[in-house]
Amino acid sequence: MQILQQIIFIAALGMVSWLIYQRVGIIGKTIRLGKDENRTDQPARRLSIMMRVAFGQKKMFDRPLIGFLHFAVYAGFILINIEILEIVLDGILGTHRIFAGPLGAFYSILIGFFELLALGVLIACSIFLIRRSILKVERFQPSRHREMTGWPQLDGKLILVFEIVLMIAILSMNAADSALQDLGSEHYPVAGDFLISQFLKPLFAGWSEGALIAYERIAWWVHILGIFVFAVYLTYSKHLHIALAFPNTYFSRLEPKGEMKNMPEITQEVKIMLGLETQAGDAAVPERFGAKDVADLTWKNLMDAYSCTECGRCTSACPANITGKKLSPRKIMMDTRDRLEEVGRNILANKGQFVDDNKSLLGDYIQEEELLACTTCNACVQECPVLINPLDIILQLRRHKVMDEAQAPGSWNMMFQNLDTNQAPWKFSPGDRFNWASAVTDSGREDNSTAS
Amino acid sequence: MSEIAYRVPTMAEMAANNETPEVLFWVGCAGSFDDRYKKVTVAFVKILNSAGVKFAVLGTEESCTGDPARRAGNEFTFQMLAMSNIQVLDMYNVKKIVTACPHCFNTLKNEYPALGGNYEVLHHSEYLQQLIDAGRVRLQGGEVFKGKKITFHDSCYLGRANDVYEAPRHVLEALDADLVEMKRCRTKGLCCGAGGGQMFKEPEPGRKDVNIERIEEALQTGADTIAVACPFCMVMMTDGIKNKEKEQSVKVYDLAELIAQAKGL
Repeated sequence: MQILQQIIFIAALGMVSWLIYQRVGIIGKTIRLGKDENRTDQPARRLSIMMRVAFGQKKMFDRPLIGFLHFAVYAGFILINIEILEIVLDGILGTHRIFAGPLGAFYSILIGFFELLALGVLIACSIFLIRRSILKVERFQPSRHREMTGWPQLDGKLILVFEIVLMIAILSMNAADSALQDLGSEHYPVAGDFLISQFLKPLFAGWSEGALIAYERIAWWVHILGIFVFAVYLTYSKHLHIALAFPNTYFSRLEPKGEMKNMPEITQEVKIMLGLETQAGDAAVPERFGAKDVADLTWKNLMDAYSCTECGRCTSACPANITGKKLSPRKIMMDTRDRLEEVGRNILANKGQFVDDNKSLLGDYIQEEELLACTTCNACVQECPVLINPLDIILQLRRHKVMDEAQAPGSWNMMFQNLDTNQAPWKFSPGDRFNWASAVTDSGREDNSTAS
Repeated sequence: MSEIAYRVPTMAEMAANNETPEVLFWVGCAGSFDDRYKKVTVAFVKILNSAGVKFAVLGTEESCTGDPARRAGNEFTFQMLAMSNIQVLDMYNVKKIVTACPHCFNTLKNEYPALGGNYEVLHHSEYLQQLIDAGRVRLQGGEVFKGKKITFHDSCYLGRANDVYEAPRHVLEALDADLVEMKRCRTKGLCCGAGGGQMFKEPEPGRKDVNIERIEEALQTGADTIAVACPFCMVMMTDGIKNKEKEQSVKVYDLAELIAQAKGL
């Protein structure tokens, strides 16, 4: 019986590792489809950003209560993983609470601490579930945000239920374990009552040893298999942010938010037109201006997409979205990921090579109306707790629309024309640009006007 | 104060007289052509004159920085404008620029370096703060604004884009008025709705215009003056006030205008 459990455990562990390895491979491969961009300068500054924003969750505390609850789940996730090490070792070696002996009295304190975290996770996840399902926090509601329809909404709730089940499993397992210790059951070394689960012990009063062992085993298996399923599931879900928040903040933009990236491929041409440079022989014309599909974006834009946990802080701060326009920065990120996942499946189905499917991010996922509604106000960028930049994607798609497809609203074309001919966005003569000065000089006594 | 003979020297004149200004005042298209914003330009120039700042403007040699073209996706037009501006600025060996437009400010400061134009660029809120701190602009009495309620509307291209939140507030504090904040301010400040090329097109279909959403918030503060620091915000806030038929009770002014008023310029 024991050996069978060990075999099943090792097989499950192997399968989970293989599945995760496959997923990580394809996620990495699709991120690398993006264009090159150097984000490795200033490592000390980057590390400090990562420590503050990802490790310390700085931006989550903009809303202190939610920040605190999220921190409870996060701390629980990170620290309870230490206990998983013990569970995995027990599973492989067929032992029970392998650390109990070596750690002595400290073991009980440690487990008590983990139980406290587990209780925190349980409470926080329950509150989150209530916020989503009963209080109906606006930014999660598909009735108001079309990108939340279907899977994204289910995904958000599913993960919370998952965590709640796992925490109940671990706490009740410990309680049953303590009850077995009290009975002097052979396989259960005495580790004492634990901080939280001792209060669950009355539930097991009067159970037979056999029933307790059965319950303890079932809870143990539910917990560890739950974690395995969770680990694979998260690579498909928005919960990938658990891992990607760290690299995503490390590689975030260090430039001022207002700065748009230059297009050097155009600079060359402009210099030639202005006579600043003569035609260089190898001046290659880029095959595409701006971004039409995911491969035209940078790898960081694509990592951003995988890092998005669909919390909607960006969208609820977006002036276009607030006033009922079609644009939702969260949808921009979700569309980018959906397209990227589609490309990933395409690559897997075609032996590692992407086969053109006549689809693109722009058009099949994101519509022009969304792009045109953006005021470039950077509110979405400011809000993101993991430093995702939806604006960068929006602007690259706009560049494609305007420069590659020559599709711009009529009034923008007028503006462009005015800029080209009058060097001002409005139809004024460049010669009149200094006329304002007469209003200044006239108001002084001595007319020293230099205006024509 | 009306004793002062206001002057608006151009770079060309300065160069001809072998003079170098402390700072170039970049006027911008709105400051040059928009009737409302020309008043801001005039107010700022009067302040510079009264503070004895040796400044110059480019006059007709100035062009749009290219910001609206770039944000709308037209990189080509942006770079054409940027390159020719850089040629002019470098020809006059310009080192330091001040501008009353956050869009010009952002473009000159952050985006011209990639095209070879490197200057020290200040927004007029920062420059005014420096003048006040250095004692070059003195506001005596504070009678003009005593008891007045002013709320400051953060411009996206000053605030989030460049992290300039405090300079405009410091300038307003010098007025000795009652400064009240909107609920969404500083990093959370709501856009006026005009950035990213929106100034030059109709808004996309929606429930409401962005400037109406913002003006409602501004009116909730009970302020009788809405202070702005951007020509686009000026247009959007003024339109919002008109929409709410509050032109009589609530005024929209740029920081420079408020300082000029306080100094009786």
